[in-house]
Amino acid sequence: MEHAAFQQFVYLFWIPFFPLLGAVYNGLLGSALQRRLGEKWIHAPAIVFPMLSFIITIAGFVKLTGLDPHSRALYCNAWSWLHIGNLNVDIAFWMDPLGAVMAFVVTFVGTLIHIYSIGYMRNDPGYWRFFSYMNLFMFSMLILVLGDNFLMMFIGWEGVGLCSYLLIGFWYKDEKNAVAGMKAFIVNRVGDFGFIIGVFLLFWGLGFSLETFDSSSLATVTSEETHLNSSLVIREIEESLQIESVHEAFTGKKIFGFSLVTLICVCLFVGAMGKSAQIPLYVWLPDAMAGPTPVSALIHAATMVTAGVYMVARLHFLFALSPFAMTWVALFGAVTALYAATIGFFQYDIKKVLAYSTISQLGYMFIGVGVGAFSTGIFHLMTHAFFKGCLFLSAGSIIIGCHHQQDMRKMGGLKTYMPVTRWAYLMACFAIAGFPFFSGFFSKDEILWQAFNSKDMMLPGGGKIIWLLGIVGALCTSFYMFRSYFMTFTGEYSENPHHVPKESPKQMTCVLVILGFLSIFSGFVGMPHLWHVHNLFETWMEPVFESSSSLIASEGYTHTLEWMLMGISVAVAIIGAWVAGWLYKNRENPLPGKLLASKKQIIRIPYNLIYNKYYVDEIYQHTIVWLIMNLRLALDWFDRKIIDQLVDFAGTAGRWLGRFAGYTDEKGVDGAVNATSDMVIFSGLKLVTIQTGKLRNYLGVVLAGAIILVIANYLFF
Amino acid sequence: MSVGLSHFLTIGAVVFSLGLFCVITRRNAIGVLMGVELILNSANINFLAFSHFSSGTIDGHLFALFCIVLAALECAVALAIVLAVFRNFDKVIDMEQLTTLHK
Repeated sequence: MEHAAFQQFVYLFWIPFFPLLGAVYNGLLGSALQRRLGEKWIHAPAIVFPMLSFIITIAGFVKLTGLDPHSRALYCNAWSWLHIGNLNVDIAFWMDPLGAVMAFVVTFVGTLIHIYSIGYMRNDPGYWRFFSYMNLFMFSMLILVLGDNFLMMFIGWEGVGLCSYLLIGFWYKDEKNAVAGMKAFIVNRVGDFGFIIGVFLLFWGLGFSLETFDSSSLATVTSEETHLNSSLVIREIEESLQIESVHEAFTGKKIFGFSLVTLICVCLFVGAMGKSAQIPLYVWLPDAMAGPTPVSALIHAATMVTAGVYMVARLHFLFALSPFAMTWVALFGAVTALYAATIGFFQYDIKKVLAYSTISQLGYMFIGVGVGAFSTGIFHLMTHAFFKGCLFLSAGSIIIGCHHQQDMRKMGGLKTYMPVTRWAYLMACFAIAGFPFFSGFFSKDEILWQAFNSKDMMLPGGGKIIWLLGIVGALCTSFYMFRSYFMTFTGEYSENPHHVPKESPKQMTCVLVILGFLSIFSGFVGMPHLWHVHNLFETWMEPVFESSSSLIASEGYTHTLEWMLMGISVAVAIIGAWVAGWLYKNRENPLPGKLLASKKQIIRIPYNLIYNKYYVDEIYQHTIVWLIMNLRLALDWFDRKIIDQLVDFAGTAGRWLGRFAGYTDEKGVDGAVNATSDMVIFSGLKLVTIQTGKLRNYLGVVLAGAIILVIANYLFF
Repeated sequence: MSVGLSHFLTIGAVVFSLGLFCVITRRNAIGVLMGVELILNSANINFLAFSHFSSGTIDGHLFALFCIVLAALECAVALAIVLAVFRNFDKVIDMEQLTTLHK
C-alpha cells in the first residue's frame, strides 16, 4: 500500500468535526437558548450534527465497498500539524474497513442515543450542557477511531476520557457523582500512562530498527523510501515492519532481558485495560453508572470502553508479533469475563448489573483479539454495542418509568406497564446470553471457538483454559441477565399501587425498538463458516488483518468438535436462563430469600465475597489509596519540616544579611557622607569669622602676605 | 653723591609705606582715600624713575599719565560712594563701623 493508492475523501474530515460544531454551538449558546427559546433549540442541532456524521460515514462506507479490497481505505489530510526533523504528524483521517465499522457504530448508536436523550433528559437544568458534552464525546471518539496516527489516537483517547469524566459527574451537585467522575478519570490516567509509554517505546524501537535497514535493498522497495524514518502513522509502522530486515531487528531487540515487542504490547494493553475496564483497572466502570443512563449506554457500554479493544485490533501487527502479549491479553480478558460475570449475581442496582456485564463482555472482546481473531473481536464489539446499548436504554426507560428507582427489588411486574421496553430488554437479554440466531450468539460463540482452536496461547492446555473461563462466564452471563429480567418485569409491581409506572415517550421507545431489532438481526452479517454461509463481516475485515494472519496459528480442530462446542454454548445459555427463571420468575420461588437469610458459613462467605465485589475496592482503598494517602502525609511532613525549614532558613539568613547591610549603610556609608558635609559646615563656620568686613583687617592680611612673600623670596631664591 | 635710581625708589617706597599706613590706620573714609592717592603716586614715582634710568623711552611717562587720570576718576567715584554711604548709613563714614554693604 502506498499513499497514491489511497482514495482521497475530503469529507472524512467532517465526520468528527460535525459533532464538534454541535458541541461548540451548545457550549457557547446553549445556556441562553435553553432559557429563552426552550429545549428544542438545544437538541435539534445536537442531533442533526451526529446525524450528518452518520450520513458521511455511510457515504464513506459505500465508497469503500466500491474499491479493490486490498487498497480499501479512504484518506483525508486536513492540515499539517507537526514537522520536527523527520517526524511528520498531520491532522489526517484514515478510514479502512475497521475504522469504517467503528465509525458506523459510533455515529449510529450515538445518534440514536442522542434522540433517546431528548426524552430522558427532559426538563433537566443542564440540558444544554448534556448535549454539548455528548457531542464533544462523539468528536473525540471519532478522532480516536479515524485518526491515522498515534497522536490523533491519543487526542481522541484523552478526549473521550475527559467527556466520560464530565458526564459521570454530570449531576455534580451530588458529591458521590463527582467522586465517581474523579475515580474514573484517575484510574484511566494509570492506563493512559501505560499507553503513552507504549507509544514512546514503539517510536524509539522502530527508529532503532530502521537504522539497521540496508539501503542497498531499496531498489526493490523504492516506494518505501519515505518510511525510512520512525513514524507515528500507524499504517506506516505496519508497512515498515513488513520489511524483512526491519522486522528482524525489531523483534530481536531486547531491553532489560524483555523482548521489546512484548514490552510495547504490554504497555499498550495497560492503556487498553484502563479504558476498557479490565482487571485490575475495572473499578471505575461500576461507579461510572452515577452518570445519566444515556451516557452509560453510549460511553460506558457501546463506544468508549471498546476503545481498548479497537486499539489492540488496530495494532494487530504488533500484538501478533508477541505470543506472550497475546496470551496476556486473552487471559486477562477471560479472567475478567468470568470475574465480572460472577459479581453480576447479587447486584440489585439494575445499572450496576449492566455495568458488570459490560466489563464481562469487554473481556470476551479481549479474548477475541487476544487469540488472534481480530475481526471476531470487533464483531462482538459491534453486536455488543447494539444489545448493550439496548439494555442500558431499556434500563433508563425503566428508571424513568419507576420514578428514578434503580433497585430491582422495588420493581417487578413492569411487563404490563412498559411493553415496548420489556420486549426490547428481553431481545437484548437473549442476544447477550447467546441464544441461537440472536446477534450475541454469533459473535460470542465464534470468539469461544477461536479461543479453543488457538495454538498461540502460552498456557498449559493452550486456548482451552481461555475457552473454559469463557464458557463458565457465558453461563453466569445468561443467569444474571435473566435474573435481572425476571426481577424487573415479572411478578407484581409492589412499590406504589397508586403511582404505577408508565411507558416512556416515543423518542425513547422508537430507539429501543431499533436497537432491539439490531440485537436480534445484526448477527447475521457474521455467521460462522461452519454453516457453509458467507461470513460478510470477516470478508469485510480481512484486508485489514491480512498482514498478521500468517502469524496466528490454529489447532485446526474438526467441524464435529465445533458443532459440539456450539452445542455447549447454547446449552449453558439455556441452563443459565432456566435457573434464573426457576429462582426469580414472578418472585414465587422462596429459595433466593431463604438462601440470603441463611446463616450457614458455606453460603454466607461466598455471598458476602461476591456481594461486596470481592472487596476489590476495599483492597485498593487499603493498599494503593492508603499508600498514596500516607505518602501524601509523609510528603506533607517533608514539606513542612524540611522544605519549609530550608525556605525559612533562607529567609532568616536574608533578613540577617539585610540587617547587616543596613547597619553598614547607616554607620559606614551614611557616616562618610555625613562626615563630609559636617566638615564643610564646620569649616565654613570657622572660616566665616575671618570675613570681618573691616578694611584694615583685609589690608593687614594683604600686607602680611606681601611681607611673607618678600621674606620667602629672600630666603629661598 | 649723585642722585640715582635707588634714591627715587626709596622715596617711592616711603611714600607707599606712608600711604599704606594711612589706609590701615585712618578711620575716616576720606582719609583712606587720601592714603590710596599716596599709594598710586608712589607707583607713579617708580614708573618715572625706571623710565628715566633704565629704558630711556616714554613708556613710563605714559603709564604715569594714565595713573593720574585713573586716580582722578577713582577719586570721583570713591567720593560719590562715600557721599552715598554718608547718606544711607546715618551720616557714618567710620571704616570701623562700616562692615556690611547694607544696613
